[in-house]
Amino acid sequence: MERYLLFLGCTIPARARNYEISTRKVAERLGIEFVDTEEFICCGFPLRDSDRFKAYLIGAYNLSVANNRGLNICTLCSSCTSFLSEVQYDLLNDPELRERINIELSKIGLKFESPTEIRHFVRILNEDSYIRRIKENIKEGLDSISVSIHYGCHYLRPSHIFGKLEDLESPNTIHRILSCIDCKVLDYEGEKDCCGGPILPVDEKTALGLSGNKLMNIEHAGADAMVVVCPFCAVMFDGNQKAIRQEYGLKRDIPVLFLPQLIGLSFGFLPKELGFNLNVIKAKELLSRLSK
Amino acid sequence: MERVKDINSITYCYSCKTCVSSCPVSYINPKFNPFGIVKRLAFWGSERLLKDPVIWLCTGCYICQERCPQGIKLVEIFTELKNRAYEKGYFPNSIKDQRDIILNKGRIYPLDDFDNKKRKKMGLPELPTEIDITKRLFSLE
Repeated sequence: MERYLLFLGCTIPARARNYEISTRKVAERLGIEFVDTEEFICCGFPLRDSDRFKAYLIGAYNLSVANNRGLNICTLCSSCTSFLSEVQYDLLNDPELRERINIELSKIGLKFESPTEIRHFVRILNEDSYIRRIKENIKEGLDSISVSIHYGCHYLRPSHIFGKLEDLESPNTIHRILSCIDCKVLDYEGEKDCCGGPILPVDEKTALGLSGNKLMNIEHAGADAMVVVCPFCAVMFDGNQKAIRQEYGLKRDIPVLFLPQLIGLSFGFLPKELGFNLNVIKAKELLSRLSK
Repeated sequence: MERVKDINSITYCYSCKTCVSSCPVSYINPKFNPFGIVKRLAFWGSERLLKDPVIWLCTGCYICQERCPQGIKLVEIFTELKNRAYEKGYFPNSIKDQRDIILNKGRIYPLDDFDNKKRKKMGLPELPTEIDITKRLFSLE
């Protein structure tokens, strides 16, 4: 059984508990063990724009916690994934920065020592052994529904830090998992565009314009739902969909589902066990079609 | 920490504007134009740009940076500009609010007992409602 320290970040425990609970259910079924720690705090990403050094110090604090535990990190939020990876990349490649950071960390008795693996849950699921286990666990294929995927930005980029995880212009790791559970995927225009989340506090109109544009393109493609792998993307598309709908004239509700919620359905978990009651835009119609 | 090397790389820009055609923000709000920022930076340096709130509209999605045929690290440059602007006192209030809450509470969305009650009911582990690590890290106490 593989063990990971679970890094929840800020958004998930407060605003995306449906993502958390469905991930835990799916992980347990697949034999992935999560170790929880109360020591993790914000990853530091929201501070990067105002003060990169302070942001890095917070990131490095979290990495030193993982160092002490001797465990690799599993993340669920794409921005936590990319930011922690960025901090680690720079700490490993810039000895002067590492020294400055370690001087600060030493004040609270910590040190960044060695690299920790930082992996998004969906990247772990893409290992051949888990793909096989997903297939073995399917109770009900989802062939009666079609979805559109939002890969989001920081699940894929920046490549100078992540290395080339997959083809950035036509990513396929989420497609691969959906195909395992027999879920049809519809392409749409602007698929690689950002949700707008990071600028929501700065310029709400522009930020919602970005997410609204994507939702309209998905509506046009005719998908029953949108699939995401990041809690803040869900805040934009699900949490803000009602506001977007009024402003941009969406004609119908588009449920926004976390990938583990769909995997969980195919494993036979009940919607309630996967936190569907917490999705703002209700997936009732889609769920009733699946239970037939 | 200063991204001087990245900023100097803007001299490699040959004005293909792949960054603009790739930018999802420019598409919605043309006031934000990554190529325009790079050109202004090249001609006039950073001083004037720091006062322009438009630099805060980059979402950091990295699409332009990945597609730039000249390898210019646009997101690194925009981040450096925002850092310098913040230091000089030019920033949207919301950025300061966000910063204050993280430095003082350790999380963007601090958790309270009510959150923990909901977490417990769902079978999720409870999490700390008080975090003092950031205060200790930044010697705020």
